[in-house]
Amino acid sequence: MARRFYINSNGRIRRKENTLYFEREIDGEIEKKALPINDIDSIYIFGEININTKALNFLAQNDIPLHIFNYYGYYSGSFLPRKKNVSGSLIVEQVKHHIDNQKRQYLAISFIEGAVYHILRNLRKNGINKDDYQDIEKELFPKIFKTKTPEELMAIEGNIRDKYYQLFNKIIENENFYIEKRDKRPPSNPINALISFGNTLMYNTVLTEIYRTQLEPTISYLHSPQEKRFSLSLDLAEIFKPFIVDPIIFSLINNQVISLNDFDTDLNYAYLNEEGRKKFLKAYEEKLAKTIKHRKLKRKVSYKQLIRLECYKLIKHFIEDEDYKPFKAWW
Amino acid sequence: MEDINFEELKTNGIKINYYYVCKRKLWLFDRKISMELSDRMILGQIVHQESYKRDKPKEVLIDNLISIDIVDNLNIREVKLSDKMALADKMQILYYLYYLKKLGINKKGIINYPRLRKREFLELTEKDEKEIEKTLIEINKILKSEKPPPVINSPICKKCSYFEFCYA
Repeated sequence: MARRFYINSNGRIRRKENTLYFEREIDGEIEKKALPINDIDSIYIFGEININTKALNFLAQNDIPLHIFNYYGYYSGSFLPRKKNVSGSLIVEQVKHHIDNQKRQYLAISFIEGAVYHILRNLRKNGINKDDYQDIEKELFPKIFKTKTPEELMAIEGNIRDKYYQLFNKIIENENFYIEKRDKRPPSNPINALISFGNTLMYNTVLTEIYRTQLEPTISYLHSPQEKRFSLSLDLAEIFKPFIVDPIIFSLINNQVISLNDFDTDLNYAYLNEEGRKKFLKAYEEKLAKTIKHRKLKRKVSYKQLIRLECYKLIKHFIEDEDYKPFKAWW
Repeated sequence: MEDINFEELKTNGIKINYYYVCKRKLWLFDRKISMELSDRMILGQIVHQESYKRDKPKEVLIDNLISIDIVDNLNIREVKLSDKMALADKMQILYYLYYLKKLGINKKGIINYPRLRKREFLELTEKDEKEIEKTLIEINKILKSEKPPPVINSPICKKCSYFEFCYA
């Protein structure tokens, strides 16, 4: 299975004939590592890297996206090779579902439905007392289905998320990582740094999957298309953040894999340092590679593949083949 | 049956092929909803490229619709990986013969299965022509439909590149 390559060190990506190399200098010596082109799903760059157009053209030929992050692990942007399979008629359908308020709301609600389902699943699985999340399950969750606009929906979702993050402190067994409030840009403490980093990875993984289909990533439903360049990725990531990212955070903290030493902190912000990033990426990779027997396909699919299937379900929704129902982990 | 409007109905060979494999695949392919190349598809391309190199077939692209390997004065040829989809492959070649006939060129067809060391010889009959005309009308109808045809639930689905799309 093709996998994601994460480059944490500084160096150069070079193409020599039909092989891609990552070169870096160690004690004055150049170390050269071949990256098997057929096994690369996408490349994530966290270090300082030199790359030339010859290498970029090679990536484009092989349909490999390159995602770039700055020193603090914030997403800077992507090199997305020109899309080969575009479907004009699908884009037309995608737009129709955006401009029709009812159709748009159906999808927006579906994404939040999937998100809240996995939020509740996390709380249940981590032994949180039912009374502690009754307000999410019994009061707020049913309300999302009655909303008429994405703004109204987002407000309820915000409420759910506030309560959810408060319950993080009951799951997390290390008070250094207690959450006071969720903040981004920049994250103020280690737990916020973990959430932000995980969500950024999720966004890019979803984007890579969308990119492999005919879906147009700039047309979104829950999020406004103005929000980010590829806002459909934000929409779909809602479902997968609590399913994939949050359990990684709980396990990294509670199994004492990650500690405060894995962060660089200043008065006002915190971010994962290289060691911390590597630990997170390792756990993330393992999670995406996990498999489950799919009930309908009757074959094993990886967690990453579940994201692709979600894209297919959206396409089927747009072409009026089958109504979209969000993924809900059934095990 | 009256004469069909060939100029309006003519299409490319792969669509004739898909019509006999799966009408849903035909519809999706027409909307350019395609799947990533699977290992099997890549193998098919390689077999196509690497087989019969000595013969130097002259590939001819007609009307930007059909691409035919013309082998000699008599025959056109297609290379296929397996004979699992024999009917679809046969109809695709017969369609090429039909197309050429419309242009005033009469040829015969050969399907090569290099991996099976097998060949099949084809000639266009009047019955084939009727069948192709009927198919062209049917294809047109399917492609005009707003929605894709339903999933066919056949054993062949498991090997199809659309499997995960259809059954997810």
